[in-house]
Amino acid sequence: MKLIAESLSKNFSDCKIFKDISFEVSSGQSLAITGRNGSGKTTLIRILSHLIPPSNGNLTLSQDSKIIQKEDFYKYIGLVGPYLELYQDLTAQENLLFFARMKEIKNREGRIAQLMEIMGLKGRENDLVKTYSSGMKQRLKYVFALLNEPEILYVDEPRSNLDDQGIETIYKIFEQQKKDKILIIATNESEDLKFADVQVDLNA
Amino acid sequence: MLKAWLIFKKDLQQEFRTRYAVNAILLFSVVTLTAVSFSIGAFSADQDILSALLWIILFFSSMSGLSHIFVREEETHTSDTLKLVAPSTSVFVGKLFFNLFLLVTLEIITIPLFIAVMNLDIVNPSLFVLVIFLGSLGLASGGTMVAAIISKAGAKGALFTILSFPILLPVLISGISATKKAVTEQTILSASSELQALIAYAVVITTASILLFDFVWNE
Repeated sequence: MKLIAESLSKNFSDCKIFKDISFEVSSGQSLAITGRNGSGKTTLIRILSHLIPPSNGNLTLSQDSKIIQKEDFYKYIGLVGPYLELYQDLTAQENLLFFARMKEIKNREGRIAQLMEIMGLKGRENDLVKTYSSGMKQRLKYVFALLNEPEILYVDEPRSNLDDQGIETIYKIFEQQKKDKILIIATNESEDLKFADVQVDLNA
Repeated sequence: MLKAWLIFKKDLQQEFRTRYAVNAILLFSVVTLTAVSFSIGAFSADQDILSALLWIILFFSSMSGLSHIFVREEETHTSDTLKLVAPSTSVFVGKLFFNLFLLVTLEIITIPLFIAVMNLDIVNPSLFVLVIFLGSLGLASGGTMVAAIISKAGAKGALFTILSFPILLPVLISGISATKKAVTEQTILSASSELQALIAYAVVITTASILLFDFVWNE
């Protein structure tokens, strides 16, 4: 699996966010996106996950030299970000079952139970998401992102709302992910940067 | 189609918990119907006028709830989450199913009440049901696409009705005309031109919406 970004630029009306961002990451590699507040880290992550289009440039995801079409991109990625929300009026289990069915995951119940245990949410599956604390919601977002064992895991502000135990858990996930898949994190925390093989600095 | 069905089921599950859209359209329709019946209840209104009144109540009641399906996704910041798991066509079809379900629920409650309160005599019930169904399909298709467009805007509520009215006007005109024939004439053939217009509208607007939805959803 290879992700190639070529001269990505983004403008909102007349406001230039960033321009000419290029990089290449392959399975077994990880990339950190850094930059001051407002430099466009979140925007770049949203472009890389095809949530918004770039103003200019190309983004290509390929597997064994075969280009993955934009419509199928979502099958290969997982994303954790502060702007992503799960359905507050549904329980965690209802949310995850819905997303797992949408992503055509086999052995859904087993996978959900396994991830809920890893993220320390076992026993809270049947609670409405709106009753979760912000830290629990962040943990649940990791469960959502990891459901399909994504080839690329994008994480925007990885430590957001997490306690020490939660941070320790996600670091184990990062270690696992970068072994044979792609990890892309947007962060300014020096602790998070130790997972990065390549760094893209949006201040530069 | 399976993914569209899953999205419909998810929306239905949320709606049963919150009842935002159902409450909005049912309250609007019952209040309007009560106001209309008090206003003209003492007079014997023509069947033509009653047909128009029925569609006006259905149209404006649906306007108070159809946009909710996309506005809710934007306001609760779940649209990005949905984009990560579903192709845009499935999202549109799933939302269309839900809006159609909402309209049918509205009609099941409102139309019998309207018939009873306003003394509407239906000469050709099968034509009446067909017209209501085709009209609902047109309203749901056009309304769903406009809901997706306005969910990205600031003044969502006002924009929905303003944008929907010209787009849905052909449904309203054909629906009123065909309903008038269902309550005054015996044969289904008498309303063939209106039925053709309703079918053509539903097919064209649904096809165009499916083809164009990706640009609205992913922009």
